[in-house]
Amino acid sequence: MRIIWVTLRTTLTIAVVCCIVYNLAVWAVAQAAAPDKANGSLIKNAEGQVVGSKLIGQSFTEPGYFHGRVSSIDYDANGSGSPNYAPSNPELLKRAEESLSAWKAENPDVPVSEVPIDLITNSGSGLDPQISPQAAEVQVPRVSKVTGISEDELRKMIADHTQGRSLGLFGEPAVNVLELNLDVQAARK
Amino acid sequence: MTTLSIIAILVTLLIVVALAKPVGLYLAAAFDYGSGSRLNRVFGPVERLIYRIGGIREENQSWKTYAASLICSNAVMIFLIYLVLRFQGMLPLNPAGIPNMEPSLAFNTAISFMANTDLQHYSGESGASYLSQASVLVFAMFVSPATGLALVMAFIRGLTGKGAGNFFVDLIRALTRVLLPVAFVSALLFVFMGVPQTFEPAATVTTLEGAQQTIARGPIASFLAIKELGNNGGGFLGVNSAHPFENPSGLSNLLQILLMMLVTTALPFAYGKMAGSIKQGRVLFVSMLVILIVMTGISLTAESAGNPVLNALGVQHAQGSMEGKEVRFGETQSAFYSVITTAAETGAVNTMHDTLTPIGGLVPLANMMLNTVFGGMGVGFVNVLMYAIIAVFLSGLMVGRTPEFLGRKIEGKEMKLIAVTLLIQPFLILVPTAIALATHPETISNPGFHGLTQALYEYTSSAANNGSGFEGLSDANTFWNVSTGIVMFLGRYLSMVTLLAVAGSLAAKKPIPESSGTFRTDTAMFGAVFVGIVLIVGALTFFPAVVLGPIAEQLTL
Repeated sequence: MRIIWVTLRTTLTIAVVCCIVYNLAVWAVAQAAAPDKANGSLIKNAEGQVVGSKLIGQSFTEPGYFHGRVSSIDYDANGSGSPNYAPSNPELLKRAEESLSAWKAENPDVPVSEVPIDLITNSGSGLDPQISPQAAEVQVPRVSKVTGISEDELRKMIADHTQGRSLGLFGEPAVNVLELNLDVQAARK
Repeated sequence: MTTLSIIAILVTLLIVVALAKPVGLYLAAAFDYGSGSRLNRVFGPVERLIYRIGGIREENQSWKTYAASLICSNAVMIFLIYLVLRFQGMLPLNPAGIPNMEPSLAFNTAISFMANTDLQHYSGESGASYLSQASVLVFAMFVSPATGLALVMAFIRGLTGKGAGNFFVDLIRALTRVLLPVAFVSALLFVFMGVPQTFEPAATVTTLEGAQQTIARGPIASFLAIKELGNNGGGFLGVNSAHPFENPSGLSNLLQILLMMLVTTALPFAYGKMAGSIKQGRVLFVSMLVILIVMTGISLTAESAGNPVLNALGVQHAQGSMEGKEVRFGETQSAFYSVITTAAETGAVNTMHDTLTPIGGLVPLANMMLNTVFGGMGVGFVNVLMYAIIAVFLSGLMVGRTPEFLGRKIEGKEMKLIAVTLLIQPFLILVPTAIALATHPETISNPGFHGLTQALYEYTSSAANNGSGFEGLSDANTFWNVSTGIVMFLGRYLSMVTLLAVAGSLAAKKPIPESSGTFRTDTAMFGAVFVGIVLIVGALTFFPAVVLGPIAEQLTL
């Protein structure tokens, strides 16, 4: 019985320290030192409206924008997660083939052999904000044709929004699609 | 797979190795009951205050009382967590208006977090309120690794002939001296890397193409830090560390890997220190590191080869298999993370394990089945020591001598308890898998051999208290909630009791002086026997199931 009594009192004490003190201390320092990041890295357009988060991908389907990765939840950031297909699942092949035929219709100038695999596969979160530099490069001819922005200018924008490996070593280089498209939108006007 | 990405993995492993010994020595000092320690002067005042409020007496417990305190306290806490989850809808701090958890899901979740498993049959965004996440789940994520640390310290004390100590004192020391300070600092580092820490509700924005997007957020950084450090693994958000908010960059990915490995790789050295010879711990550390490196190699090779079915479409596939992976990690950091999270029994994921190539998915499965490649906070190393005792016992049988471990005779009583412990795990994995396949085939989403792997993975993850999932499984229903809940509970607490009994029995024995005939446990020879025993026991137990699942799938691709 004594054990249960001690447990109840100790539980309460630990709860105060670990739940209230710990969470609030992290929260207070975070909000004071890095409020933008602590609130979700939201980004605004030139007019000052919040258009999304730097870290969360959006659905882009118009040919005048760079497209992100396949998302089986259609970039619904209120409930991440994605129905997964195992490598042997026939549905996976079917979905990839659909992505490829859509690609061929939109980008007649770029052969399939140049399309990197990240463009036809579902990301882990369904919210991947980035694509590989190669995946951005192969979309340049299409975006240039639709928007009238020169290919060189688009390549410069891609370079501006390519995040290298952390510390030059960890992770892979990647292009932030939303930031890139904000530049595209601004240059179009 | 580029040269640079291989170097990144080697550098990560080097940091892990460099940290292990100093952290191990710190742990040994932190749990030393001697009064002279400088740590007692630093932490003593705060701890004595907590003892006074909690009514904890700083006295040594018997082995039975120690085990009883552990089980009773954890059971009471599970019940309290269950209550909060059941009534979260009516409690404050719930801006999204999330309803109460239904009973079987609350049962599963309460056990899951207290048993250091963090298998999640709900999605954080829609299934748990800010109060549930920031209070009860964070509470469990601190207390369950602290319980694991207390267990391993008591177990080592037994092997080295000391008394058990006091469970509540160990529990509080684990919190004040290890978990809270490290979690606090790393939570802040995560914020600077872009992880949110806010109590604001989800943000609603209008996207560039004019659609509405609701972006879930919350106090994620504080949750994330203890999730990784405590080998918990439960995600604040549904997709865990694949979510850009829960793992924004290559750097945050590195910090997560280091946190997962921090304590569990240090424990062999803490053990060596407490046993009076660092070499005793080092041989176990090196043996496990060798298995880890082999596992990493297999996984990287499989994932960078990609999926032959998709590669056949003629696309550019230098990136390897990218289904279920994030671009910022690529195939190498994703595969590496899957190896680490199952070696350290954390269960956090930065890639969807269900989508791994068959052999790439076999590696995490094998890590969890062996449950000795470092393993989870505390319990993993206790398991390792159990295998070390088995290795000594079998070697003793081969040369016809009474086996000894750290100068204490291993006899019938200990081996019976260990044999029971060994049998618990396959029983908890294989029997429920068979039942699930026979009675609930409709919950399995992938056809063919992969379906078997899905069910097998779920119970392996539950029994090993890992908590990662092959997420394709429709597991949010009463059958899966209750069955995995029971498996998680037994998988954690049964072996804790039997192994504490082994420790108690060994502690009571008179040490015998080492002679020229003693089988030494600090040599490379012993390391090789240890690795052999681990692999043979693992293979004998699980090979048939593994052949029917991932291996058959690979052959049919």
